[in-house]
Amino acid sequence: MTEKPRFRWHIVVFLAPAVLVYTAVMIYPLFNTLRLSLFTEVDQARVYVGLQNFKTLFGDTVWSTQFWNALGNNFWFFIVHMLVQNPIGIALAAILSHPKLRFAAFYRSAIFIPTILSFVIVGFAWKLILSPIWGIAPGMLDAVGLKSLYAPWLGKEEYALTTLSLVSVWQFVGIPMMLIYAALLSIPDEILEAAEVEGITGLSAFWKIKLPLILPSIGIISILTFVANFNAFDLIYAAQGALAGPDFSTDILGTFMYRTFFGFQLQLGDPHMGSTIASAMFAIILIGVCLYLFGIQSRMRRYQF
Amino acid sequence: MNAARQNRLNTFAAHGALILYVLIALFPVFVIVINSFKDRRSIFREPLALPNSESFSLIGYETVLKQGDFFLYFQNSMIVTVGSLFFILLFGAMAAFALAEYRFKGNTLIGLYLALGIMIPIRIGTVAILEMMVQTGLVNTLWALILVYTAQGLPLAVFILSEFMRQVSDDLKNAGRIDGLSEYRIFFVLVLPLVRPAMATVAVFNMIPIWNDLWFPLILAPAEEVKTLTLGSQVFIGQFVTDWNAVLSALSLAILPVMALYVVFSRQLIRGITSGAVK
Repeated sequence: MTEKPRFRWHIVVFLAPAVLVYTAVMIYPLFNTLRLSLFTEVDQARVYVGLQNFKTLFGDTVWSTQFWNALGNNFWFFIVHMLVQNPIGIALAAILSHPKLRFAAFYRSAIFIPTILSFVIVGFAWKLILSPIWGIAPGMLDAVGLKSLYAPWLGKEEYALTTLSLVSVWQFVGIPMMLIYAALLSIPDEILEAAEVEGITGLSAFWKIKLPLILPSIGIISILTFVANFNAFDLIYAAQGALAGPDFSTDILGTFMYRTFFGFQLQLGDPHMGSTIASAMFAIILIGVCLYLFGIQSRMRRYQF
Repeated sequence: MNAARQNRLNTFAAHGALILYVLIALFPVFVIVINSFKDRRSIFREPLALPNSESFSLIGYETVLKQGDFFLYFQNSMIVTVGSLFFILLFGAMAAFALAEYRFKGNTLIGLYLALGIMIPIRIGTVAILEMMVQTGLVNTLWALILVYTAQGLPLAVFILSEFMRQVSDDLKNAGRIDGLSEYRIFFVLVLPLVRPAMATVAVFNMIPIWNDLWFPLILAPAEEVKTLTLGSQVFIGQFVTDWNAVLSALSLAILPVMALYVVFSRQLIRGITSGAVK
């Protein structure tokens, strides 16, 4: 009667593959990278140096200038996404979610197309289009009488980063659009009808009723944008190369880490400094995620329908 | 009367805005593809014109197919994507089933542990991943990529699939148990077919980022015989920068398979993203 329940081996069998692969290929390397940032290489041997690498990264002028440059650029990259990508995404979703809109499925699929293209395609395609050699961009501006506004945007230090941020916005606008679209569809009709009876329709219905209800989704989009932007690399690498030209003006943390890890031109690759930068990126992303989880998400009012 | 006119005006404005944005979204793709079919002179003289009998040329495609090993790259990308999806779905579904079905000590803890990876990008651990792949001799093999993408995809897969597994009726599973089915058979025969739509969603979510990734192929598998299509086109275009025909054709060839996949799966993808929003 008091037989102990048998150990349920099948639970272990079900869990083991996922937990093992995840631990071995993701979690263990993550912590190993954090650990490697405390070492350096002397005469081909790994030596423990404590926080020395971090001191170099923040204290040494050559390193710290590059780091703060990359971090600052990365913040600008993020700000452009927040100010351009997410509002456009929300606006498109608001228009699309109108119940009587025809061809909504077509618009949705078409606007999502850039998101499925690889960074390589997007980077080169825009590089060609904006190139002064080909002349599509100046030609089109000329057609509307604005030729004087044209500049080789990707080649100028002051414009290159903003231009690439906007290219990235162009590519990813589909994601906030889809997520907000889903959130808007889940608002019950009764609420909107009740508002209509009160005379709240159109734009004011959007500002007063729909927007407060989709705030949690906007929060999720913001944190997704943050994480994606602070570990971005591919677009800059595809369009400007590992040197993130002109003169490092498009350098972000991802490209900085890649260059440090693998080396470029005359500088040799350094896995330990690479790990140090990766640890800094980890800290930044962690701070962002925690701010979101404890500062924003927990304070947000959620409505249950 | 007035309200009706106002309404029509609104509809008009909505379509206008959407059409404008669709043009912005598709214009670069359109320009690349039409110019890939033109000769060099017409590319520069009239970049926005459609290719006609005079300007039509396939010289770019000839260069690409002669110089680059695009079939091999394509095959590599296919193996990596399909292999990763297989393991993400199999391992993810098994873990999700264990977490959703059984009560045991540490259930919540393992769930949280697996969910960590949803927010933390796997790229942070690149230095140690490369070191590990070098030590195990997996560097420059497709297995290195498959392992990394499987680990990257598992957290979200487990999260989504366990939500769906909870909805599978207990009666069905208990009926299976009374009939003497083992837990493994209950999972593979009864539960898996029922969560197929959720598996499709997970697959579509993971497919595009894996196919398009540049970072890990560049670092873990840069050798010629294991290059993926994304890395292959990056390197090829880098070498042929001045040959505009070849660059445009290579870009078009890289766009093609993704577009084909998108046409096939777009309904699934959009349904996946907007799932839970069905009224």
